[in-house]
Amino acid sequence: MEFLSPLWLTLKVAALATVLALVFGIAAARALGRRNGIVRDTAESLLTLPLVLPPTVLGYYLLVVLGRNGVIGSWLHDAFGISLIFTWQGAVIAAAVAAFPLILRAARAAFREVDPQLERAARTLGSNSAAVFFRVSLPLAWRGICAGALLAFARAMGEFGATLMVAGSLPGRTQTLSIAIYNAVMAGDDATAQTLVLVSLTVAVIALVLAAQMLQRRPRGDDDAA
Amino acid sequence: MRLEVDIAKTLRAREREFHLQLKFASDADVTVLFGPSGAGKTQTLYAIAGLTRPDSGAIRVGGETLFDAQRKINLPAHRRGVGYVFQDYALFPHLSVLQNVAFATSRSVLFNPRQASADVYALLARFALGKLASSYPHQLSGGQRQRVALARALAARPRLLLLDEPFAALDAPLRARLRTELLAVRAQFDVPMIVITHDPDDVAALGGRVVSIENGRTRTR
Repeated sequence: MEFLSPLWLTLKVAALATVLALVFGIAAARALGRRNGIVRDTAESLLTLPLVLPPTVLGYYLLVVLGRNGVIGSWLHDAFGISLIFTWQGAVIAAAVAAFPLILRAARAAFREVDPQLERAARTLGSNSAAVFFRVSLPLAWRGICAGALLAFARAMGEFGATLMVAGSLPGRTQTLSIAIYNAVMAGDDATAQTLVLVSLTVAVIALVLAAQMLQRRPRGDDDAA
Repeated sequence: MRLEVDIAKTLRAREREFHLQLKFASDADVTVLFGPSGAGKTQTLYAIAGLTRPDSGAIRVGGETLFDAQRKINLPAHRRGVGYVFQDYALFPHLSVLQNVAFATSRSVLFNPRQASADVYALLARFALGKLASSYPHQLSGGQRQRVALARALAARPRLLLLDEPFAALDAPLRARLRTELLAVRAQFDVPMIVITHDPDDVAALGGRVVSIENGRTRTR
């Protein structure tokens, strides 16, 4: 059962990374709004970069920012004595940045699907913009966002390059499934590699099936429609 | 209550421009904005409700200024106290009938429908929605949806109620009945109404002050 430690770590890292990416992805999607324009489209393209950049490039920039001499890294170290490099928390941030664009795109598309008339109705019923967002827009966009979140979770689970550069490969501490697989193959330990691959595959398939279910499921109450 | 509207706005959609320039005042319980579709009636209601900002002019309701371009007053929609019944009703599809009607009675983000006030239940009863309280909008008929939309708007205790083509989506026999019903509601809740219609029968049945709008302008008659 030696796969349990990397599996547990991977699930923990991917789950926390998904939560982080959800918060920032939804906020960014809301800030970008439903309209298009040069500024908004450029901003969306820049925010999508983590998805298209090679993971090692992402890892490099994360080291530049979070490392001991980085802007955020040096501040964290001086103010709190915290260093994110070679920690599982660092792996969370790497995976969150890699998964963020998937949530941003899903959320922006989902917010666009919300009928603007419903948001107008909420305003005439006394809701300020925050209340409109949390009581109307977000609940109506939630299914689309969740589908994006599951893809983000799968992406975070498989994150390798950036995670390796930021968090390294410390067994039991920062060695996630995908990194453990790489190490097992490099060490010629085929039995371990096969087990880990199967575990990884199983989790990914479960995530994708759940995502498909969420996209297909009809809104509440449709079944007993008259 | 006196309503004064004097607004101008230029709307652009692709290459086309549309100039809205309206001026009317009314003291009537029911003010009917009458004109063909595309005349700018809905944009006028949007301006009164605060859903669109006119380029210039002013809007006053019962002595309070909701909008005044020169004095830089533009009350946000959620603080205008102007109710709106949309043409397609715009009921919240993720909320039950009870939650829709109770929407305005709770300002908090996380609201619990069990906290629905006696007012809300009274409105449900008044509009014969009691048995439908836990239904969802897509399960309702057109007439039921309209009653939910009306009850939901009234639950906010608006000082003015705007109705966009309230009968257009309904069949003729229902329409005739609901005109009378609407006037009864207006009297019971003592709220002035502005009703948009392109149907001369509505104008005849609703009475009140009639403002004809054509091509974005008011026509006196």
